[in-house]
Amino acid sequence: MKKLLLGNEALAQGAIDAGLSGVYAYPGTPSTEITEYIQKSKIAQELKIHSSWSVNEKTAMEAALGMSYAGKKSMVVMKHVGLNVAADVFMNMSVSGINGGLVVVVADDPSMHSSQNEQDSRYYGKFAMIPILEPSNQQECYDITKYAFELSEELGLPVLIRMVTRLSHSRAGVITGKRMAQNTVQLPKISTQFQLIPMHARGRYQHLVDIQPDMLEISENSAFNIFYQGANKTIGIIASGIAYNYLMENFEDGNCPFPVLKISQYPLPKEPIKVLFDTCEKILVLEDGYPFIEEAISDFLGENRKIIGRLSGNIPRVGELNPDNIANALGFDIVINENLPKVVMGRPPQLCVGCGHNDLFNAINALKNESATQQVFGDIGCSALGVLSPYESINTLIEMGSSITMAKGASDAGIHPAIAVIGDSTFTHSGMTGLLDAIIENTPITVIISDNSAIAMTGAQDSAASGRLISICKGLGMEEDHLKVITPLHKNLQENIDVIREEINYKGVSVIIAQRPCVQLPKEKKDKLKEYTNVSIN
Amino acid sequence: MHSKINIILAGVGGQGILTIAAVLDTAALDNNLNVKQSEVHGMSQRGGAVQSHVRISDKPIYSDLIPQGKADMIISVEPMELLRYLPFLKKDGYLITDSNPFENIKDYPELETLYNEIKSHKNHILIDAMKIAKDLGNSKATNIVLLGAASSLIPLSDESFQKAIATLFERKGERIVAKNLEAYLKGKEIAAELVS
Repeated sequence: MKKLLLGNEALAQGAIDAGLSGVYAYPGTPSTEITEYIQKSKIAQELKIHSSWSVNEKTAMEAALGMSYAGKKSMVVMKHVGLNVAADVFMNMSVSGINGGLVVVVADDPSMHSSQNEQDSRYYGKFAMIPILEPSNQQECYDITKYAFELSEELGLPVLIRMVTRLSHSRAGVITGKRMAQNTVQLPKISTQFQLIPMHARGRYQHLVDIQPDMLEISENSAFNIFYQGANKTIGIIASGIAYNYLMENFEDGNCPFPVLKISQYPLPKEPIKVLFDTCEKILVLEDGYPFIEEAISDFLGENRKIIGRLSGNIPRVGELNPDNIANALGFDIVINENLPKVVMGRPPQLCVGCGHNDLFNAINALKNESATQQVFGDIGCSALGVLSPYESINTLIEMGSSITMAKGASDAGIHPAIAVIGDSTFTHSGMTGLLDAIIENTPITVIISDNSAIAMTGAQDSAASGRLISICKGLGMEEDHLKVITPLHKNLQENIDVIREEINYKGVSVIIAQRPCVQLPKEKKDKLKEYTNVSIN
Repeated sequence: MHSKINIILAGVGGQGILTIAAVLDTAALDNNLNVKQSEVHGMSQRGGAVQSHVRISDKPIYSDLIPQGKADMIISVEPMELLRYLPFLKKDGYLITDSNPFENIKDYPELETLYNEIKSHKNHILIDAMKIAKDLGNSKATNIVLLGAASSLIPLSDESFQKAIATLFERKGERIVAKNLEAYLKGKEIAAELVS
């Protein structure tokens, strides 16, 4: 029977049915529902599949590698920028290889619906020299994930599955198959495999290079790379992943007259691309994200104008694909009957009614009026909404954890007051190490941890920081005199302004924990939080 | 009969457009039709503009997104959000919306301007669905009133809509199921009066 599943859910079910023993992840749009599906799955609970959230993507990937080392099948899931955090282990585990099947799932966000860039994870896959799979629809999300675990164990390498927002967050009917058995514990056969000291790493890297031709052969014979013949050779089309759907949308009942190579597995299959190149007048490359394929098969000096796509300007260089920009590239007319009426105003996201960040920003803004030099370094999460009107409290927003370290660098350069605002989960994700830098030098910065005890933006998942912030800060070496707790409520505004002002005036590092539970948390969780919010610092 | 429809659902994060989508999906599957339904998660959910594309067909559906100019109807829980997706509407497509504004931005337009824009379309159903839902004793069912108002324009049986509503609200108990069925029928009734 068909089940109606999000692309993310189909992928998760595919992993369970592949014999998964553990999923490791940190929430991030558009990847979050993959792990949540496994957390809620009854079968996953019966099979004791590990699915608790990790502190960040690096710890998640390392734990997945540890489970693979022990012989079991594991998966690690993140959004595209999360792979930057995990890049160290990602690049090195392709050299060590894996033991139990290991699948890395990365959800890219073309058009930056919920992200700060639209980096294309296929470059990482190529960089690490491992196979990449790119499903085009929900059924393929399921099928490809099961296949990914087989492929991983066959090659002894991690396999990357690349998702995009529109596939992650779209539902369709999916037919599921039988479930494979989980692996038992079995240590690696070669004792030196995971010991990447140079003398062993050189051998492993040579092995990785040596099996590249095998990977290419597998890709050229893959059931997920399909060559569709077409009589009209004026143009040959390469469509990867979800681009294939947008292409077919432009033809009645999917009857495309042109030859089409649908690509869902990499390394790029050379043979069919060569056939397309030799038999067609032009090649149109359709891919969501960066011009990865187009660049790989284009002539570097640009003397051969046969290949068109994003680089040639036939498809916009930035932003996600859709049926319309592909229709344009094919020279089809788009009939738009109506334009967007002028009366329609933008409606950007905003903080929920009753959100504690609101009252914190009000306090920070009051202090902005006292010091023209005040700079506020922000961070990822709901608190990032402080960039927007009506607050406009935050001057910078770059990536997870950067608030504290940028404040430190700016302070070193002479900026005062230098205030960092970071959410509780972002702090444990990658703010703690930066705070240690500041503590070691006693840098005059004021760190405000806006603690709503949730990973709020992605749906109020459990935060690793809950109940631990004070002990973490003390453990890192924070002086008790400059470790303060406030409650960001309107009635406390003046008191909170006074606390922040006092810490700004202190010529050393201060941490203010602004504690108020996320309004999206269920009541049971809020009640549980009361147990620790009343704990005093001393 | 060839069954095919493209619907855009619009609103502000938290207004329940995904519930409308879920009813449509469930009813379509019950009719053995193909469904694709895209939705918005993450940052834009927080009080921002949200949309869902629902595509139902007896043939394979390729794109998860509806091309511009190809939507048969837009159902919106908020009048300005309805107009945001006009470039997707096909010629003489249907506009179905609640009349109550969700004003969480400074430059929210004059309501009359919005209503005039909506009324300039031949096929529109502009109703105070929120009041209808409140009068029925369940203000949360505004979305289901709107679905009811749109239902006769969607090639899915009345029975399958009611079955889908019953299935989706089952968890919340019989009373909530009954309240939502009532909201659905009232929406359907009012739309029939308006259209006739």
